[in-house]
Amino acid sequence: MSVLEIIIALPLLAALAIWLGAPAHATSLGATLLNLLIVLVTTVQYAGKAATGLAFTYSRPILDNPSLSFAVGADGVSLILALLTTLVMLAAIWQIQDRPAIFYVSSLLIGGGALGAFLTTDVFFIYAFHELALIPTFLMIALHGRAEPAQRKAVAWKATIYLGAGSLVLLAGLAWVVLEFSGGSKLTFDLEALRNQAKLTPLADAKQAQIFFVLLLGFGSLVSLFPFHSWAAPAYATAPTPVAMLHSGVLKKFGLYGLIRIALPLLPQGPHVEWVQNALLLMLLGNILVMGLVTIHAHRLDDTLANSSVMHMGYIFLGIAAGSDIALKGAVVLMFAHGISIALLFGLCGRMRNQLGTLEYNKLGGLATHAPAFTVLFAFGAFASIGLPGLTNFAGEVMIFVGSFTDFKAGVMSNLQWTVILALWGVVMSAVYMLRAYRNIFHGSPTTGLFMIDPAFSQRVPFIMLATTLLVTGCCPWLLLNLMKSAL
Amino acid sequence: MPASIILLLPFFSALVILLGHRQLKGAAVLISVGSSIIAFLASLVFLATDDDNKLLLPFIDVAHFHAGIDVLIDKQSRGMMFIVSFIGMLVHIFSLGYMKDDEAKPRFFGALSLFMFSMTGIVLAGNLIMMFIFWELVGLSSYLLIGHWYQKASAAEACKKAFLTNRIGDFGFMIGILLLLGANAGNVNLLDLKTAFESGPLRPEAPGYSAGFTTVAALCIFLGAVGKSAQFPLHVWLPDAMEGPTPVSALIHAATMVAAGVYMLVRVSFLVAASPLAAEIIAGIGCITALMAALMATQQNDIKRVLAYSTLSQLGYMVMAVGAVAMAAKHGHGPEAPDPGHPAMFHLYTHAFFKAMLFLGSGAVIYACHHEQDIWKMGGLRKHMPVTFYTFAIGTAALMGFPWLTSGFYSKEAVLDAAFNSGWRVLFIGGAVTAALTAFYMTRLLIVAFMGKPRTDSAHHAQEAPMVMILPLTILAIFSIFSAWDGFANSLQALKPSHINAPGEGHTVLIASLIALIAGAGGAIFLYRGKDKDPVSIKLFANKFYFDEIYAVIVRVCQDRVAWIVTALERVFVDGIIARLPSAIVARLGAATRMLQGGHLQGYTFLLGGGVIAVIYLVVFVLPRMGN
Repeated sequence: MSVLEIIIALPLLAALAIWLGAPAHATSLGATLLNLLIVLVTTVQYAGKAATGLAFTYSRPILDNPSLSFAVGADGVSLILALLTTLVMLAAIWQIQDRPAIFYVSSLLIGGGALGAFLTTDVFFIYAFHELALIPTFLMIALHGRAEPAQRKAVAWKATIYLGAGSLVLLAGLAWVVLEFSGGSKLTFDLEALRNQAKLTPLADAKQAQIFFVLLLGFGSLVSLFPFHSWAAPAYATAPTPVAMLHSGVLKKFGLYGLIRIALPLLPQGPHVEWVQNALLLMLLGNILVMGLVTIHAHRLDDTLANSSVMHMGYIFLGIAAGSDIALKGAVVLMFAHGISIALLFGLCGRMRNQLGTLEYNKLGGLATHAPAFTVLFAFGAFASIGLPGLTNFAGEVMIFVGSFTDFKAGVMSNLQWTVILALWGVVMSAVYMLRAYRNIFHGSPTTGLFMIDPAFSQRVPFIMLATTLLVTGCCPWLLLNLMKSAL
Repeated sequence: MPASIILLLPFFSALVILLGHRQLKGAAVLISVGSSIIAFLASLVFLATDDDNKLLLPFIDVAHFHAGIDVLIDKQSRGMMFIVSFIGMLVHIFSLGYMKDDEAKPRFFGALSLFMFSMTGIVLAGNLIMMFIFWELVGLSSYLLIGHWYQKASAAEACKKAFLTNRIGDFGFMIGILLLLGANAGNVNLLDLKTAFESGPLRPEAPGYSAGFTTVAALCIFLGAVGKSAQFPLHVWLPDAMEGPTPVSALIHAATMVAAGVYMLVRVSFLVAASPLAAEIIAGIGCITALMAALMATQQNDIKRVLAYSTLSQLGYMVMAVGAVAMAAKHGHGPEAPDPGHPAMFHLYTHAFFKAMLFLGSGAVIYACHHEQDIWKMGGLRKHMPVTFYTFAIGTAALMGFPWLTSGFYSKEAVLDAAFNSGWRVLFIGGAVTAALTAFYMTRLLIVAFMGKPRTDSAHHAQEAPMVMILPLTILAIFSIFSAWDGFANSLQALKPSHINAPGEGHTVLIASLIALIAGAGGAIFLYRGKDKDPVSIKLFANKFYFDEIYAVIVRVCQDRVAWIVTALERVFVDGIIARLPSAIVARLGAATRMLQGGHLQGYTFLLGGGVIAVIYLVVFVLPRMGN
């Protein structure tokens, strides 16, 4: 029995209990809070040890041939993501008000699925847990989305097709990996075994590139990699608030996690073969520049946030493309940062929609006057996503940029480095759309008829928690980096 | 020790005010003002500390990349620290009066503390990453303070404009930092970079040296200064920043933050010196800014805007001096012995006092005239507000460079000296013409606002400002006169150049600047004495060379229009084609979806359930056989 199994099981058991009739709010909140504490303690324990390699491992064999087992284990990367998951889960569940039990159950299932994907070390279960988390996501968009039934079903359907297709490509890629790296006569899904085999008998660069590209497309479409992104904006804008928070904040990070955890260690040369690298750089520039412009063009807050979330994925892909130790750790920090900040923003955005009934910029204005605390909380999220130093996103971004310049020779710029310079222009663009949004919503004189006051303190707590996380890990990014002492 | 107090005290003040701003009320003001006074006292101790460079706080420490809050203490940072904390403290005190009736006083003082924290960070920064961090944070505090009265549309637009314009500068700054970081093996510590450029792998004789690289890196870093110090062509945000409360204009948009660009350039002067081309471009941009802004200032009617354009112009002077000093050194016209002084830093130092004084003076005037800012609606204030008038007159004299008596004279001569020795005659001519224009518009301002008879009721009923406002004015007026004296300047580590108006130059500089002063001030007296409305009207200057209009078009076309087109293309191609393709395939497969007639709901559960089933099928049946 490993503590990680408890962490995975708790939300799933809580969901089961609610289904069986336990009080939804109290059960889910209690379970999530407890889970956050367990994750925190586990993380501190891990940091207290050497903070390298897998820890808390435990394996329950299921099949002998192919060798399949329910194996758990965590290193710094998985713990950072588990921390992200439990923080966002707590905030997402806490902010639910007057909603049927299915809101709680789906949040617990999405979060529990994500935890399972981040904390298991068997490729089969990593994949299966992610699928488990996706199903309630679609159902919630279709059943409780914020649009006309026909429209929300169309949105859910579109997301299903994209993510379903992505998952199938991913499945093919994973099957390919398993076949290539299962040493000896027996197939194995154990990630450690696969990694060892990859170290012993690395594939030829050309083959690595091919497999990596398939995995990139599969994982990438789950992360809204350009041009496989167009499911994301309508899905987030339509999804019920806790689902938007959990999917954009947590579940979307699964694809990136998979690239870092599965693709890069098994296929270290994959992203550096020229054609793959160029393709990846082009796609991520699509995320940053094209989606940056699309975001500037948005007229509604949910549209801005959803598109900006697609855009910011480009920076994390940039870290993966750079591939240096600094850049990869930066990518992990940015995954954490983006998850917290976008969950904060989607949470507040949901509140605004409930109270005001509209998110159109030209109908809003002057909210800061009557809802100062709400404004400050939103500012934390907005400035974090702009990349203001002192909030976590900056640390991640700067590490990715720096990590792309580690092998720089004066006078010669590589494609990667040119990409960084173009990507830096995206930082200007995010300031443009975020400050426009902020100015239109909060500044100016209050619009008549649209009136909003600060939520009660108890309803502010989840958002305060997220904002504080951004501030603390933003001022002290070494808190996160200390969990990743060994090179990625 | 004093360094950590000066840095962290305002941070905690800002944090406490952020957390408890409703409970604290008046106490918030006391915390902020108190912290500024303690920081000032600590900065006096700091003036006497030894050079000591150490890591205060860790930040990022991965592989060979170490970025932390580490301080570089030397003459430059000690002198700058005094300016910042001294003027910061006076502005805090002045604000006690000026912001007395403001509803959001705690927010104002909290942001002021945040600013003091960020500015201190820039002054102390020992590496470029830390410089950048605090560089962005002063941008944030400036945003918050310009937008203090955010209910006003003009203030809301102004703070956004300031932040975004600065972001463009920071874009270049970050590229510059990355280039230097890449070239110097991940090390952007200022001292290490200096060594690398002067005797290390980046020196001109080193193998693989690239002059082009050095120039590009220097210009990218310079772009950061162009944004922060509001140089042409990113100068447009500073005049609009006057939407903020006047004490903010004095502290941030005149004396300290906008001078940060100049300070940063002096910090990396080894880089400017390494590239002659970059030095020439820097000097040129400075000269253009100085001249252009002075021309604009001659036609402004808002008292704060006149001062804002004057600030632009003076910042241009400083930037020009940075470039000119590097150029002079290359031409061999520099001082023989290494001169510990720097004309740009010296002008920054004197300018900080008299410009803060002028802004606070304008604040006292605005306060007395019930928030009237049009100088043509003032007049005759000399009799109603004598202390304000005399201090304002002293500030004006210093800004014009009234010979031998005022501090501004010495620093302006130092800048003109540098321009004279740069080898580019045009820099010197531009500097001299700017000096004449400065004398002109400041005399105009003084005559129109303070002399003659009151032109409106509010000017007629104006009363002298309260003590908390007059006291900072008086102190700053004293500094406006004496701060250039050797004893003063040396003990405050002002980097005064050792030979201003050296006899070898044949008095050209001195004579030119005296002529400029007489021509400018005389022209203004001749034109404006006893006038009730502006006898001169030059649309081009009054409308600021139409920069705002031109930029508005550029933003509309290059950003909003392009964004619109890209969005449309994205809809058509990505959404239309890539999204249709899989759904078309699924639709062709037809039966699968039509079978589940209750709409799509079952469809996707089916699809996903199908995915999981496919996995299990693969795992259990297909893969084992393929493996064997």
